[in-house]
Amino acid sequence: MFHRLAIFAALAALPLALPAAAQGKPVLTVYTYDSFVSEWGPGPAIETAFEAICACDLQFVAAGDGAALLARLRLEGTRTKADVVLGLDTNLTHAAAETGLFGLHGLGDVDFDMPVEWEDDMFVPYDWSYFAFVGTRGADLPTDFRALGASDAKILIQDPRSSTPGLGLLLWIKAAYGDEAQAIWEGLADNIVTVTKGWSEAYGMFLEGEADIVLSYTTSPAYHVIAEDDDTKVAVPFSEGHYLQVEVAASIASSDKIELANDFLRFMVTDAFQSVIPTTNWMYPAVTPTGGLPEGFYSLIVPDTALLFGADEADHARDVALEEWLTALGR
Amino acid sequence: MADRAGPVTGRARVRAGVLPVVGAVGRVAVTRTGIAGVAATLAVLALTLGTVAAVLIRAEGGFRIGPQDWAAIRFTLWQAALSALLSVALAVPVARGLARRRFPGRAVLVTLMGAPFILPVIVAVLGLLAVFGRSGWVSQALGLIGFDPIGIYGLHGVILAHVFFNLPLATRLILQGWLAIPAERFRLAATLDATPRDIARLLERPMLRAVLPGTFMVIFLICTTSFAVALTLGGGPRATTVELAIYHAFRLDFDLSRAAVLALIQLAMSGAAALIALRIAVPVVTGAGLDRSVRRWDADRLALRVIDALWITLAATFLLTPLAAIAARGLPALADLPVQVWAAAWRSLWVAGLSVAVTLVLALAMTLAIVRHPRMGRWMEPVGYLAIAASPLVIGTGLFLILFPLTDPVALALPVTALVNAVMALPFALRALVPAAAEVESRFGRLADSLGMTGTARLTRLTLPRLRRPLGFSAALAGALSMGDLGVVTLFADPGQATLPLLLYRLMAAYRMDQAAGVALLLLGLSLAVFWIFDRGGRVDADV
Repeated sequence: MFHRLAIFAALAALPLALPAAAQGKPVLTVYTYDSFVSEWGPGPAIETAFEAICACDLQFVAAGDGAALLARLRLEGTRTKADVVLGLDTNLTHAAAETGLFGLHGLGDVDFDMPVEWEDDMFVPYDWSYFAFVGTRGADLPTDFRALGASDAKILIQDPRSSTPGLGLLLWIKAAYGDEAQAIWEGLADNIVTVTKGWSEAYGMFLEGEADIVLSYTTSPAYHVIAEDDDTKVAVPFSEGHYLQVEVAASIASSDKIELANDFLRFMVTDAFQSVIPTTNWMYPAVTPTGGLPEGFYSLIVPDTALLFGADEADHARDVALEEWLTALGR
Repeated sequence: MADRAGPVTGRARVRAGVLPVVGAVGRVAVTRTGIAGVAATLAVLALTLGTVAAVLIRAEGGFRIGPQDWAAIRFTLWQAALSALLSVALAVPVARGLARRRFPGRAVLVTLMGAPFILPVIVAVLGLLAVFGRSGWVSQALGLIGFDPIGIYGLHGVILAHVFFNLPLATRLILQGWLAIPAERFRLAATLDATPRDIARLLERPMLRAVLPGTFMVIFLICTTSFAVALTLGGGPRATTVELAIYHAFRLDFDLSRAAVLALIQLAMSGAAALIALRIAVPVVTGAGLDRSVRRWDADRLALRVIDALWITLAATFLLTPLAAIAARGLPALADLPVQVWAAAWRSLWVAGLSVAVTLVLALAMTLAIVRHPRMGRWMEPVGYLAIAASPLVIGTGLFLILFPLTDPVALALPVTALVNAVMALPFALRALVPAAAEVESRFGRLADSLGMTGTARLTRLTLPRLRRPLGFSAALAGALSMGDLGVVTLFADPGQATLPLLLYRLMAAYRMDQAAGVALLLLGLSLAVFWIFDRGGRVDADV
């Protein structure tokens, strides 16, 4: 009897959770990560802009972060409802391509404004930034990994096993130092205050004063300048160069709305999409909009060298680098 | 104390059905209780082992448990055992103090002290760091007198955080043990001029012997699934727990078989811990009393007053200071919270309400079956504790795999969150309900049987009223835990249907740390309110 009651309660509650039915327009389903669709992310503005021209209903489905997004797609396989997947980065595209789920974009040559040449017939970049250590203006902060390891600056990083920036730092050091990477990590070990599960924990702890610098992006200070009128947060330029994060989207080959999906990818590299990115995702747009970037973005540091593994290299380097990281910090 | 053996004989007689008529009637009720209990147990099994099985079926290829996984298992067990031991050891004097003292604000203090347990992890960690962090209050105070900041990161940090989380729960569970000792015993002890030492030996130690193993086990289990807390305060990959190893397998390698096997290891560790603890625990046999609240004539000595005051003050300071930090941080932002907060708060309350209902139904069904059918209960009870040790990531993935072919999992995000939260709260409900229900059976079972009181009448007239306090406590915990939980369903959360904790994470991900702090304070307030309402509701006319 109790059981029937519980089931009844659950069923009675169901209609509240069901989404409103679409009104006859074709529905384009875009899988993305959670912060993209949040009220403060690019999602809402982009949905409005695309629906104004597509005669369709754009529906976002959110799953954690980029890695969770790919995991979900792998769980669903060919039965996935996704037409477009938006929010993978270059560390995931190798594994993503291997699933065989993605189609070619056929966009032709797009004039991207990125520090690297982009040639990929499957994944279309929509924004990018450099990983960087963010600290406080005026503090005397080391400007390369060796100096950082030798200093007594306290740093906060994220775990590469659960966080995208954490994995980025692993590849950054690997790309800059190759076989010496483990030695670099051993030097950093006593500077690392702690390792957090995700970016939010580390950044929050940094703002509360738990460390001198935190692993984030070169574009992070733009938020403080633009939204808070606070120019005390700065990214520290590193002489080894900075590792890039490029965020990409692609269509699902088996989608029955492949035309619409490709329309979306094409829309993605236009001003209407790109102009939303800087002050919602706090990244550089992949194609600079006609009006340029917001004011605060021009005061950011611009690294001399951009580091980036190709998709295949990244996949291999990751396992080696993770092993070295665990050895260096695990003792 | 002469009648100590009385109730036991009573229960044995009921079980054997000595009175033929009563036995026959009893068996009908017994069957229905049994079926409900088995059904509830199966539901828990489906959510725990069933989801692991779903992941295993989907997995391809074999698995290998590497040295890193063994290191994670060792660290998990070690930190969980230490955390549980310390939480329980500290909770005993605090609970004793609270049990034998009356002072203004005591009820509020008991409720407030429960708050750390129901906080979302990230909020609690930031609160702790505001006090114990490198630039926290303690370090700042030390800096004023020329000392270095304290280093919180390391195994001691993990344990400090776990004690912060679990001392309140341990205190509550042990306090309930104290309050369950019938007032007549203390009255009798007073008339016999018993010293505090006599009371400890005759009344308190047997109670602790019954309550402590279960309390230790529950906290041990909670700590085995710790991930973000252990990692953040542990200071790095040395503090890798099994749950983090599961993340590694799932996210980086998409190795479902390794994730599932690690989840099974986690469940096996917990199952074993639950079996051992329940074996060690000796049922409370305090004898029949008249259900009155306790007055303590023995504790009027000055030395005891000072000791109790000291323990209560220490615990309250330790638990409340980080809460004060959270409140201080969030207060300025409360005025300009984004509008979405209110819809999210409403959704969270709704999910919490549903969780409470499901928890109570499951817990009551299992409790009655465990108490009335001890042989079945021996297997049923450990199953009830499994959920707490289930990997949230694996439950989420398994549920997704089960639901995806059938329906759109996103549409079910909120009800599924409520269901999973309910099962997660079940162990605490069982911890509170089973001893109380056993007590009711042993005290009033004979009388009820001789009156032929069975079925609904027995449930509504005898059992439920006597269980009101633990039921209220269970509902309070289930509701508050559900409020603060991010849920296992982040894999298929509905973007338009964020709950309050998800909104908090979204604000943080969007750099809006001040607003996030405001939401954290709101969440703390709402969770406490939910806890207080249910917990009070369970003891409207009680004076404790």
